[in-house]
Amino acid sequence: MRGFRYLATLAWRESRFARRRLFLFLSSISLGVAALVATQSFAASMAAGVRDQARVLMGADLAMSSTRAFGPRARALLDSLGRAGNAVSRTTSFASMATLPRTGATRLAQVRAVEGGWPFYGAIETEPAGRWGELRRGRVLLADPALLVALGARVGDSVRIGEAAFRVAGTLRKVPGETGISTSFAPRVYIPAAALPATGLLGTGSRVEYEAHLRLADPAAAATVDRGYQQRLRPERVAVRTAEGQQRRLSDALGRLGRYLGLIGTFALLLGGIGVASAMGAYMAEKRDSIATLRCLGATAPQVLAIYLLQAAAMGVVGSLLGAGLGLAVQWVLPRLLEDFLPVDVAIRASPAAVLTGVGVGVWVATVFALLPLLAVRRISPLETLRRRVATEPEPAAPDAWGWGARALLAASVVLLVVLQAGEWRMGLQFAGGIAATLLGLGLAAWAAVHGVRRLRAGGLPYPVRQGISNLYRPGNQTRTVVLALGFGVFLLAVLYLVQDNLLRPLRVGSAESRASLVFFDVQEDQEAGVRRALEGGGIRVLQRAPIVPMRVAAINGVPVSRIAPPDDGEGAEEGGGDGGRGGPEGWAVRREYRSTYRDSVVGSEKLVEGRFWRAGEARRPGEPAPVSLEKGIAEDLRVGVGDRVTWDVQGVQVPTRVTSLREVDWARLEPNFFAVFPADALAGAPQTWVVMASAPDAAARARAQRDVVRAYPNVASVDLTEVQAALDDVLGRISLVIRFLAGFSIATGFVVLLGAVSVSRLQRIRESVLLRTLGATRGQIGSILLTEYALLGLLAGVVGTGLAVVGGWALGRFVFEMDSFAVPAGGLLGLMLGMALLATVTGWWGSREAFRRTPLEALRDE
Amino acid sequence: MLIVQDLQKSYRSGGRELVVLRDVNFSIAPGEFVAVVGPSGSGKTTLLGLMAGLDRPSRGSVRLEDTDLAALSEDGRARLRRERIGFVFQAFQLIPTLTASENVRVPLELGGRDGAAERADELLARVGLAGRGHHYPAQLSGGEQQRVAVARAFVHSPGILFADEPTGNLDAATGGRIVELLTELNRELGTTLILVTHDPDLAAQAGRIIRLADGRVVSDEATGS
Repeated sequence: MRGFRYLATLAWRESRFARRRLFLFLSSISLGVAALVATQSFAASMAAGVRDQARVLMGADLAMSSTRAFGPRARALLDSLGRAGNAVSRTTSFASMATLPRTGATRLAQVRAVEGGWPFYGAIETEPAGRWGELRRGRVLLADPALLVALGARVGDSVRIGEAAFRVAGTLRKVPGETGISTSFAPRVYIPAAALPATGLLGTGSRVEYEAHLRLADPAAAATVDRGYQQRLRPERVAVRTAEGQQRRLSDALGRLGRYLGLIGTFALLLGGIGVASAMGAYMAEKRDSIATLRCLGATAPQVLAIYLLQAAAMGVVGSLLGAGLGLAVQWVLPRLLEDFLPVDVAIRASPAAVLTGVGVGVWVATVFALLPLLAVRRISPLETLRRRVATEPEPAAPDAWGWGARALLAASVVLLVVLQAGEWRMGLQFAGGIAATLLGLGLAAWAAVHGVRRLRAGGLPYPVRQGISNLYRPGNQTRTVVLALGFGVFLLAVLYLVQDNLLRPLRVGSAESRASLVFFDVQEDQEAGVRRALEGGGIRVLQRAPIVPMRVAAINGVPVSRIAPPDDGEGAEEGGGDGGRGGPEGWAVRREYRSTYRDSVVGSEKLVEGRFWRAGEARRPGEPAPVSLEKGIAEDLRVGVGDRVTWDVQGVQVPTRVTSLREVDWARLEPNFFAVFPADALAGAPQTWVVMASAPDAAARARAQRDVVRAYPNVASVDLTEVQAALDDVLGRISLVIRFLAGFSIATGFVVLLGAVSVSRLQRIRESVLLRTLGATRGQIGSILLTEYALLGLLAGVVGTGLAVVGGWALGRFVFEMDSFAVPAGGLLGLMLGMALLATVTGWWGSREAFRRTPLEALRDE
Repeated sequence: MLIVQDLQKSYRSGGRELVVLRDVNFSIAPGEFVAVVGPSGSGKTTLLGLMAGLDRPSRGSVRLEDTDLAALSEDGRARLRRERIGFVFQAFQLIPTLTASENVRVPLELGGRDGAAERADELLARVGLAGRGHHYPAQLSGGEQQRVAVARAFVHSPGILFADEPTGNLDAATGGRIVELLTELNRELGTTLILVTHDPDLAAQAGRIIRLADGRVVSDEATGS
């Protein structure tokens, strides 16, 4: 123990004069620790928020929902629950146009007709306050502020929904359990359920959701009701949800979010670790003399290793503590970035567990990454005290158990860290693999870039430039590490930018005549011609029209759906849930409602990949089932192929068909695309609505077209696709903002690594500049050398980062997002590269300012 | 004290074998003051390294007080050095981040021995640096730094002390004072002193001179000093 104390004392003493630099090295992990602590503490706050607000999320203890009106069993259940003293509240939700008669402005909205005491828990905040109660008292509505803005309406105005007029009583400030983002696409409107008949809406073909919310006299009974009635209500396609189930799902989702964000922080930490390893190596090189002396005086190799490992660990503690502090401060920013995505209020609290974990991980990373370069001290021979370098005896290349052990420890630590952060083995291993591949790629690219520069025959260039270039590979240079660290930051930013750009590109709805900018749906059969005439009369081009027939799958190859559909978990009979299990068709694919169409040809957004499409008016033998063309993906989910038989239930009528072709559909094109396409005669007379796509030359024309159609046909809903695009832009933009914010930690780490590298070569740099100035170089020339060196560093990092980002972005686009084409916005990437070069230059310059300040004499005297 | 037998050291360089020392044989009694001299490249620094256990011979052996140095591991030799061997270097080799007193204490503290601080102060006073223990090497002149090194070399009462060109970086007057110090301590404490130098005047102060040329011992004579 005494021996250890002395080693610790020696470690402390030995770090004198170098503490500021050591600290700089290890602060490269501070930012990573900060990101980790911020995300984990925030995740803990989110989890606490969900727990505290569980009941408020649903506003009830139990909820039942269905896309059809409640059947006899559901109604009976609700009646009996109501009679037993439980409060029942009903909501009917559907999409419809809201119009301001004053100006004719119209906008698609999510209309919710409410009756009863919902929300039973929590409250809906309105502006002016307390207006929720007015829904019970008259023909009023409450709407999202966005709707009033879109219509140019004010509180007190009259707004029409369908055929009924409502007075705007106020705007919605907060609806518990809902995220702000969801209103980007269609703002919410609450009306009293009593006014629903007056609107004249809810005709055939409209998509309506019927909900019942319950406050149970005994809230604990929710689980019993849930279990008892799941099965019984499934045939009526009623889903039952409990507040607890909701909380669990939300916790899971938010937990995943927290972990993904934490992974970004982990990247930064690993990057910092690389910086530590490189800086430690350079630091050890400086300490060579002292180490040789210590060895000569009788220090064993383990003792020497312990001294410097203690230094690394101590600085790791300091760096991590600072990072933890920064992280706790930063987590205050996260809610602001994420508030539109979160359905709960998050009260920020410092999570001790997050701090401890963050610091622990930070110290571990610092120590493990410092270990490999530290092990090199074992090779420092005491003979070096007698002469600078021991001659000719080559370094033993024999497999060194310690070295391999350290590498294995490092690799295992990285994998473990990533897996723990990801929260599950498979995902963690995939991420670890991804990180390894990225770093390997960056490392190779950095090596190649530096190698390439070395080979640069720069003979014709002025001396300062040539000197700047050769400085990049001076002995003990950290060029590769800096290029890797900075390059990683560029890589992250560039990949984000590329993916975002390519995701949005196909959705760009321009004013080009060939692209639709308006969609009208819920057009009844007898209204279709009139809508077309109204549009064309207003100078609007109708591009496409398609009939929509709602239907469900009744049987596959003669086997009824009730026998095929595997048991699901009950929650969400209408939504996803339940898997294909046992090789059978996916449950959701079999149970869902299909909105199909009929036509006699393939359209532009699809491609026939198998089978044969029918010709118009093709005759069929009597009794032969009609052909149907399925989309490739849904056919896979239904486990059917060309030749299989599918029987459809079209509003009660059984329609047998045989799959005769498969199509590949380009879903990214905002056009009516269908899973199932029938020939015209197969669906003759089936109840249907129409969708009409039109192109308008400008915003005014679009607004006019919508106004005219909705005035004449109040049940028709319309969407301005340019607004959809704007909303998508907005959502994607906000998601990428969050990611960019956290990626910022990686980028900042890169700069810390750069500063560390500059600081390491400080002495060399001063000596060189002194020498040069003694030989007659001006400060301007010294400056040019520095400028060249750092600008080149930054450019290399930029090239490496963007080059790899193009590859990575393409891979992500192709394999994860399944994009067909990938474009590279050269201008943006070039800007990124140049920006990096500039920043690196400024950073490096600032770090090297000493080389300028001193006169040659001053510097020599100090040596 | 020190027995060198059939010592040989060679290196591989560019695929060829370079023999730096060959057929070196001698023994040194406790308390002797021996100078090892020879021109540059004669192998005297290599010999010093082998005698001090800083390196391993290619052939032959070095026995220090009955311990075969080659039989020890690297760490074993390190432990031996902190207990029984002292060093004075041409370039002083003080650790720049330690004060004079802390530098002197290193061999004792590495061995976990008590009373290091007091002993260091004692020796610093002995070499004429009382009260300077808290200064860093950068704050001391060349001569003062070498005196600290001498104090460090004796702090653990080694049986044998190796000095490699101890006056090489000092002016004549200062160098002379250092050698005086070394010989005084050699007489007082009975420490065997082995001095490597190319300065014949310095060598003449030793009791015995071993002369090397081309890696061999060409003469081994008492000087009568």
